[in-house]
Amino acid sequence: MKKIIISLIMMFGIISSTSFAGTLVINTDTSDAAPKEAFEYIIKKFEEENPDVTVKWNVFDHEGYKQSIRNFLNTDPPDVANWYAGNRMLPFVRAGLFEDVSDIWKDSGWVDGNLSENMEHAKKSMTIGGKQWGIPYTYYQWGVYYRKDLFTANGISVPKTWDDFVAACATLKAAGITPITIGSKYLWTTAGVFDYLNLRTNGYEFHMDLTLGKIPYTDPKVQAVFDKWDELVKPGYFLENHAALSWQEALTPMVNGEAAMYVMGNFAVAPLKEAGLRDSNLGFFQFPEITPGIPMAEEAPTDTVHIPSKAKNKTDAKRFLIFMSRADVQEEINKILGQLPINKNSSVKKGDPFLKAGLNMLNNAYAMAQFYDRDAPAQMASEGMKGFQEYMSNPDRRQKILERLEKVRQKVYK
Amino acid sequence: MEINNSKAKRITWWQKNQVKISPWIFLAPGLIFFSIYVIAPIFVSIGISFYQWDGLSPSIYVGLQNYIELLDDEYFYISLWNNLKWLIFFMLAVPIGLGLAIFLNQIVFGIRLIKSLFFFPFVISQVVIGLIFTWFYQPNYGVIAPFLNLIGLEGFSILANENTATYGIIFAGLYPQIAYCLILYLTGLNNINPEQIEAGRMDGAKGFHLFWNIVLPQLRHATFLAIVVTVIGALRSFDMVAIMTQGGPYGYSNVLAYYMFEQALSEYGYRMGYGSAIATVLFTIMMFYILFFIYRMYRNEREDNN
Repeated sequence: MKKIIISLIMMFGIISSTSFAGTLVINTDTSDAAPKEAFEYIIKKFEEENPDVTVKWNVFDHEGYKQSIRNFLNTDPPDVANWYAGNRMLPFVRAGLFEDVSDIWKDSGWVDGNLSENMEHAKKSMTIGGKQWGIPYTYYQWGVYYRKDLFTANGISVPKTWDDFVAACATLKAAGITPITIGSKYLWTTAGVFDYLNLRTNGYEFHMDLTLGKIPYTDPKVQAVFDKWDELVKPGYFLENHAALSWQEALTPMVNGEAAMYVMGNFAVAPLKEAGLRDSNLGFFQFPEITPGIPMAEEAPTDTVHIPSKAKNKTDAKRFLIFMSRADVQEEINKILGQLPINKNSSVKKGDPFLKAGLNMLNNAYAMAQFYDRDAPAQMASEGMKGFQEYMSNPDRRQKILERLEKVRQKVYK
Repeated sequence: MEINNSKAKRITWWQKNQVKISPWIFLAPGLIFFSIYVIAPIFVSIGISFYQWDGLSPSIYVGLQNYIELLDDEYFYISLWNNLKWLIFFMLAVPIGLGLAIFLNQIVFGIRLIKSLFFFPFVISQVVIGLIFTWFYQPNYGVIAPFLNLIGLEGFSILANENTATYGIIFAGLYPQIAYCLILYLTGLNNINPEQIEAGRMDGAKGFHLFWNIVLPQLRHATFLAIVVTVIGALRSFDMVAIMTQGGPYGYSNVLAYYMFEQALSEYGYRMGYGSAIATVLFTIMMFYILFFIYRMYRNEREDNN
């Protein structure tokens, strides 16, 4: 009997210990094709460079990961996990589940060159309480994607100012084309429009103050953002019925030539091209200036890698994070992802005009916002985006919506 | 005397109580799991509703704060109101199911195939039904679009309009629910006593009169069951809402079950306490119905026995 119990315990011990020395467990949410390929590539490369380390890689479903990470960080922590910058990592940092990796950022001996310098522009979004909690490895730009041929046919040139932009919308509308397409079923697309109107009307600092809860939603400066939004919503420049469509479904009118513009992230380019658009008829421009003189900040949501504080193999995990921060590695990952590297010494895929435009824009950006739902806490973001969607369908309810958001703000940021 | 004594000694405690205990032994596995997975979570959930907890950090006791916040929450009232709409309109499944059952309760060639076709919606997954109806409702290219164009509602989107979204989802939900009621009534109709109908006919009852006074009372058990499953189905309506609108546009098609999920477990949620408070309210409402029906069932059984 005793023997059986002992052997049972031994068996259990073997099964439950998922990692040994030299094993690096990595959990990622890279279930989509390109991200999966990118991680396959870098893990192979990492193993080649570090023959003493065996990587055990668990791929989670992209949506399911948001749930799973909350469980596995506590119960079965990997050595490395990917996540997002900004306020999105705040709950984990606050609960003490992410390891402080400020030493990687400080010590230039770790990497080729000084990390803080090469990734200076992304440092702010990785910092909470004066410490850095992860390494960013990719981001992408937001802006306006448009149909070049529809612009040419209607004699519109790329708008640089707000007045040009509104005039372009009016021309398109008169020609029977929906000026701006949007699918707001999953809400977040509305936040992209709001963020840009806010960044251009009031600037980056105001965006951060608002998402940090320092400014009431009834503030005249917030009203000013909605005044600008009114100029687009009230004449019906956005796609009708957007509340019933996902962002992908809202691509269809643009592909069919029924809509001309989309305020979107660079990930929209791939499905648009798959649907038949080419570099010759699909273009990108920076969201136009609204208040003259305000430095242009951009939206650039950043993906990151972190070390869970309960990780077993932190030594190799740090080696992996340092590896991920390297210019040549980031270059390769982002070539596969079709996105932009954070490290300034990396170059981007040649021959992709969208990446080139994005890199150019972001390298000259005054600052980088993560996105409304990553900068604001979850509850505020969810209520805010519901409010934006309601406003876009019923612009006359603006006051009521803003008062409700203000009520939520006072509750959330107590 | 001696013999009797020795016999009495041999009757053990087990033998004495065997009849009383054995049903509990057989019930034990079920009861244990039922209390671990159903009963206990109810109390744990009610307990969590007094806390503020994001699922990661330590929880903070806030007393009735979550319930007070609920009373001031616009979306809560919208969801509650939508649940009421579900309760009322989902009930249509019962008479429609009955009508179809009577229509299909005849002996013609191929009726089995036709019956199974009518029953089919209940077999396919709710997710599939929700998805297909979402496509039906799609403005411009959905199946319903040409009909909407006929009545001058060109490009009208049922699911994007705050006034019609809930009805659109209920309509989709009715599709499998009618099939469920249909099957309940079909089995009920099989058990109808033909002699009573014969007797009714001889007394001169026909048509609606015959149906109302002779057939329907015999279907009482089927009706009871159909109403209970439909009420519970209406109150726990979740999958259709999740698939078709996610509570949108801007929370106007939300129901309590989905709102609870949104607050407690969705991407922007993790307000476990608040979600539990919503769950507790929903549970209380359900409890009223369930107790009422159990009471009625109990009373009916007793009447039957008398």
